[in-house]
Parts: sequence; structure tokens; C-alpha cells
Amino acid sequence: MNHLPLIIKREYLTKVKNKSFIIMTFLSPLIMIALIAVVSYLSQLNNDKERTISILDESGFLFDIFENTENTVYTKLNGLSLEDAKNLVREKEDYGLLYIGKSDSIDAISETIKFYSEDSPSLTVISGLERKIEKRLREMKLQKDGVTLAQIEASKSNIDIAQESFEGEKSSKIDNVVKLAFGGAAGYLLFMFIIIYGNMIMRSVIEEKTSRIIEVIISSVKPIQLMMGKIIGTSLAGITQFVIWVILGGVLLTIVTAIFGIDMTQVNTPQQELVNQAIEAEGAQAIAENLITAISNLPLANLVVAFMFFFIGGYLLYSSLYAAIGAAVDNETDTQQFMLPILMPLILAVYVGVFTVIEDPHGTVSTVFSFIPFTSPVVMLMRIPFGVPLWQQGLSLVLLIGTFILAVWFAAKIYRVGILMYGKKPTYKELFKWLKY
Amino acid sequence: MNDLLVANSVSKNYGDFKALNHVSISVPKGSIFGLLGPNGAGKTTLIRIINQITMPDEGSVLLDGQPLKAEHVRDIGYLPEERGLYKSMKVGEQCLYLAQLKGLSKSEAKTRLKYWFDKLEIGDWWNKKIQELSKGQAQKIQFVVTVLHQPKLLIFDEPFSGFDPINANLIKDEILQLRDEGATVIFSTHRMESVEELCDHIALIHKSNKVLDGKLTDIKREFKTNTFEVGLQSSNRDLVLDKIKSKFEVLPATFKNLNDDIKFNIKLNTDSSPNDLLSFLTAKAEVHHFVEVIPSASDIFIQTVKNN
Repeated sequence: MNHLPLIIKREYLTKVKNKSFIIMTFLSPLIMIALIAVVSYLSQLNNDKERTISILDESGFLFDIFENTENTVYTKLNGLSLEDAKNLVREKEDYGLLYIGKSDSIDAISETIKFYSEDSPSLTVISGLERKIEKRLREMKLQKDGVTLAQIEASKSNIDIAQESFEGEKSSKIDNVVKLAFGGAAGYLLFMFIIIYGNMIMRSVIEEKTSRIIEVIISSVKPIQLMMGKIIGTSLAGITQFVIWVILGGVLLTIVTAIFGIDMTQVNTPQQELVNQAIEAEGAQAIAENLITAISNLPLANLVVAFMFFFIGGYLLYSSLYAAIGAAVDNETDTQQFMLPILMPLILAVYVGVFTVIEDPHGTVSTVFSFIPFTSPVVMLMRIPFGVPLWQQGLSLVLLIGTFILAVWFAAKIYRVGILMYGKKPTYKELFKWLKY
Repeated sequence: MNDLLVANSVSKNYGDFKALNHVSISVPKGSIFGLLGPNGAGKTTLIRIINQITMPDEGSVLLDGQPLKAEHVRDIGYLPEERGLYKSMKVGEQCLYLAQLKGLSKSEAKTRLKYWFDKLEIGDWWNKKIQELSKGQAQKIQFVVTVLHQPKLLIFDEPFSGFDPINANLIKDEILQLRDEGATVIFSTHRMESVEELCDHIALIHKSNKVLDGKLTDIKREFKTNTFEVGLQSSNRDLVLDKIKSKFEVLPATFKNLNDDIKFNIKLNTDSSPNDLLSFLTAKAEVHHFVEVIPSASDIFIQTVKNN
């Protein structure tokens, strides 16, 4: 008798009808969007604030390079001593004081430059000032050696190396960013999915044990059917929740952006600024063009198919282990000792993905970890956008499926014995013994 | 073929622990079969093997002459001792789900549930959650779920725990009615008065071995000690007692009676009959109470367990 559809249906419906599940489903995107809105609003506030930086230039060479911008005003202080200037700036509550000393040689001038401020100044402000001063000093040095300004301008050239594979596919630097984004998103999604819904499966197994219904059920269906039904039903509920999150999040984001006029992309972090600089250098249009080629360059079909297989394989592998843990213990507090061996490879996979794959997607470490079944789903998903030979994907998938079958066998054994064991906190040794029952 | 269920020399080990050691039982069709034994004797293991929850290491189990297979779950209704229901699920939904797991169609399950809910007068619980019910109320639901698919074999493990006397009686009557309608019942309990009341056959398992087995009346006959309770009234109390003591083996009395001056138990030798005793007694005093001591299920239980 096949009761699997019935069990899946029940598991799905109980999860979906659960009050806290419903609340989480609708509240999470709200909270997320609210958080993003608040953060971007605050950083916008921060950006809009006008900074006044006073400049005491005793050398007289550098003052004219500072041009007022939208949020920064430069005030020139003349004929004051450094001490007076400091006091004045402090009284005016300016952002800070840039002091440039007087000297004959250019190198000596650069050593006198100091920035005084009440609080430690922002990194971007300082590096902005440094860039400006460096440029001027370099020009001054060159001029001293007899190079004219025009020559300096003419010497500049903008290099953007065009990339092309041997097969003639064009690509650009932004390709790597896009690949990383796709791979990272896929790997991270799997990671989150396993943690959230694996736990949910575990809790639902524990619930069956504590409510003592398990023996009634087990006298009607095979434990492995119950376990698989639980895993599949919970996963479907998870997918439902995820889809709602994505849709709701998207809609809310649009609404919030429209109503409050907050530009979510304007969250100014140092990284963002670097990206902005890159964009400025290349020009927005080129970026857009490159972005489209980058996405079209992705092995999209491969990506989608591999995502499905590795996602399902990896998720099922881990969730069967979660189910086994749930069966082995009596309550959630006892799960701790068994959680570590599950979380370790998962976290390792994400670390390898984030640090190694970015550095060298086809290096030894990345390759090896994309074959080890417990890390392969995450690592392989991150590698695939960079182009992984099909035989490697196939081999990794075969290993994953093999391990999955082994894990289900193992979990089913633990599950079968564990669900009928009450009031005992098992050790690893006992779990091992259960395998032989 | 008069036995619905036959277990042939069933053994089960958990690691080094022997939970069942070559246990054989035969449960006659239409009987109520008491499966008795101290805690941890192996009753639950045997019941789980019959329910195909665990597999025996050795031996076989036949249901209606056929070795147990997966389809047989429809023919068995099991009320485990460790029982419960999904707390946050509604009564109706839950019953339908469990009935469907036993192979009933949804509509069939609905009709039968309605019948049982009306019979037990619990129709208005349909949309309640289990956590809103009391323990006894939940037990009623559990009972309905166990019998709903009209199994040939019903297995009850401590079915009366959690019930008040009224409801326990109600359930007892239902069990008897199911038996009369043709079901066979395996009944495991520590409450010996219900064994006395319900069981035709019993088997006693102790330390993983079956130590006693048979019809309850036969077993009682086997265990009786030819002892009689005697209650007399006489004006000459001491004299009568002395005379009796000189002829029979007198034991202290354990029965309760209203106004007997003299009460004691007498154990007869094999060469004297109850009639001899009675005529001897009537000659000496007025006999108010004369009953053969029949060993209770409880006595048999304690005696057997102690001797093993």
C-alpha cells in the first residue's frame, strides 16, 4: 500500500496551516524590507549631510585642487597659525581641518600634511583627500622635471582589456561578478533552505514522538514511508514559503521605493563606493551592455538543470540526517550534540565557496570539495557558472546520489528504532548499535 | 483452522538483550486473549512483531494461516500503550487521515466515523483540536480510530488507562460487542480484574519466556488447591474449632463476612471430598458460608512470576 501521497499531503497542510508558519511567511518579508528601508534611509541622511572641511595651506600649492561638491564644502583659512586654526574649526564645529605645511621640497610638504578632527574621520573622506593631493603632487614633480600639463594629460590612457575565449565568446570583467552572484546565490539559497527546513523536519519528527502518535502511525505505514513523506511534505511547504517571500518581497520593495522615494541601491558602503568608481571608470552604458553579455554568457541551461539536481540531492541528503536526529532524541534540547556534525560540513562548504571558489574556481581545493558529497551541492553550485566540465558535474552528482541513498538507509534505520525509544538520551555508540537491530 | 493468529517460536534480540525467547502463542478466533506479564517481560515486543513494527529474528507469525505481510495492517487494529494523537490537528481530519492510512476510502471513513461519533455521543468534537480535549476524551477518539476499519484482530494495550469507571465500562462493553460481532481481541493489561472479567484465554510472559498459556478456566482448575472457605456459627466456639482442627488442615481465613463467629479456610487432602467436609461441619455447627477457593488471575500471576 502506498500511503506516500497521503502523508505528504498531511505534512504539507499541517505546516502550511500552522499559525506561526503563516505569520513568519508574511512577516519576514515585511521585516526585511522595513530593515532595508531604514538602513538605506539612514545612510541617505548621512550622505545628504553637508561636510565642511577647513584647509590651512601654508605651502600655497594645494588649495585650488579642492572643489566644493554636493556634500563637501572646503573653506580656505588664511594667515592663521595652526593653533588658531584648530580652535576656530573646533568652534565652528566643522568636520575637520586639513593642514598642509610649508616647505621647499615637494616630498617634505607631503610629510607635513595632517588632518585634525573631533572624531576619527571617515575612510572615504581621507582617501578622497589623499587621491587629490597625490595627483597634484605628482603633477608638480613632473612639471619640475620639465613635463608640461598637456603632456601629462596626453600620457593618460584608459585600458580595458577585452576578453574572449578561444571559442570566440566575448566576456568582460563584469562576467566574473555575475557568475559569482549567480553561484553565490544558488549556494547560499541551498544552505539557508537546509538549515531552516531541515530543522522543521526534525521538529516535526520530535513532535510525533512526544505526542506518542508514532506507534499508531507506524502500525499502518512503513517508517521509511513516513520519513520520506515528512521530508517531501515539509520541503513543499518550504518551497511555498520561499516563493511567497520572493513575490511579497519584490512587491513590497517596489511599493516602498515608489512611496518613500528611497533608492535601495544607494546604500553607501565602502564596497558600494568601489563598485561605483568602477562604473564611473567604464561608463554606465558599457556596463549595461557587458551585463547583458555576461548573463547571456552564463551556461544557463546547465545552471538550471544542475541547480535542480544538486539542490534536491543536497537538500534530501541533509534532511534525512535531520530526520534521523529527530528520531534519536526526545526533545529539542537533546539535539545539540548531533547538530555539530551536520552543520560543520555545511558551514565548511559555504566558506570554501565564498573564499576559494572566488579566488580560483577550478583550483584543487574547489574541485575536491565539489566532489565530496556533503559539501558538493553548495560548492558545485557556486562553481558551475564558471563552467565546469559535464563529466565532473556528473561524477559529483553520482557520488551525491550514492551518499544520499546511503544516508537514507542509515537515517531510516535510526528512525525505525529511535521513534520507539522514549526517555533515553542516546549516545553515538548506541546509535551505532541501532544500525544492527 | 480455529486460530486467527499463531506465533511460532518467535525470538527477538536487541543487541545482547533477549527480548523474546522462542515464544509461541495461538489466539483462537473470536476469543479475548489476555497477554500478561510483568513490566519489561516482552509483551510489547511481541505485540510490535504482530503489528510488523519490528521484525522477529527467528520464528514466524501467521494471521489466518498466512505469514504476515504488508497488506495485513488492514486486518489489525492496534491501540498501543504509548499512544497519542497530533495535538494541533482537528479531531475529524485526524480520524480521516488515520483511517485512510489503514486503507479506508475517505467517504467510507466518513460514514463509519459518523456512526461511531453518534454511538459514543461525541459528534460535536469533530472540529475541535485534540489539545482542547481532556485525556479521557482523547482516549475515546483513539479507541474509535483503532476499531474503525473493522479489523479481524484487535490489539489493546492497557485500553482502560485514562478512563473514568463509567467510560471504562462503556469501552469494555464495546470491546465485548466487537468480539460478539466476530473480532478477535488480544488484550494486554496489568489490571487483573479486567482479565478476570474479559479474557477467555491467557498467556503469561515472564523474562522473555512464555511461562503459562491456555484457557483461563483450565488454568484456574490447574491452580486450585482444594481449599474451602468456611463460616460457622456456634455457641460453643472453641470446642468446635478444636474438633475441626484435629481432623482437617485449617488455614487463616482471608474472606470477608458479616457475622460468622468462626471463619477459616480448610485445605482438603486428596482422599476426602468436599461433601465429607460439609457433612462433618453440619454435624458440629450451623454452616453460613461454604465456598471453594478459586485462584484469581492475580493469584495465578503472582504465583507464576514468583516461581520462575
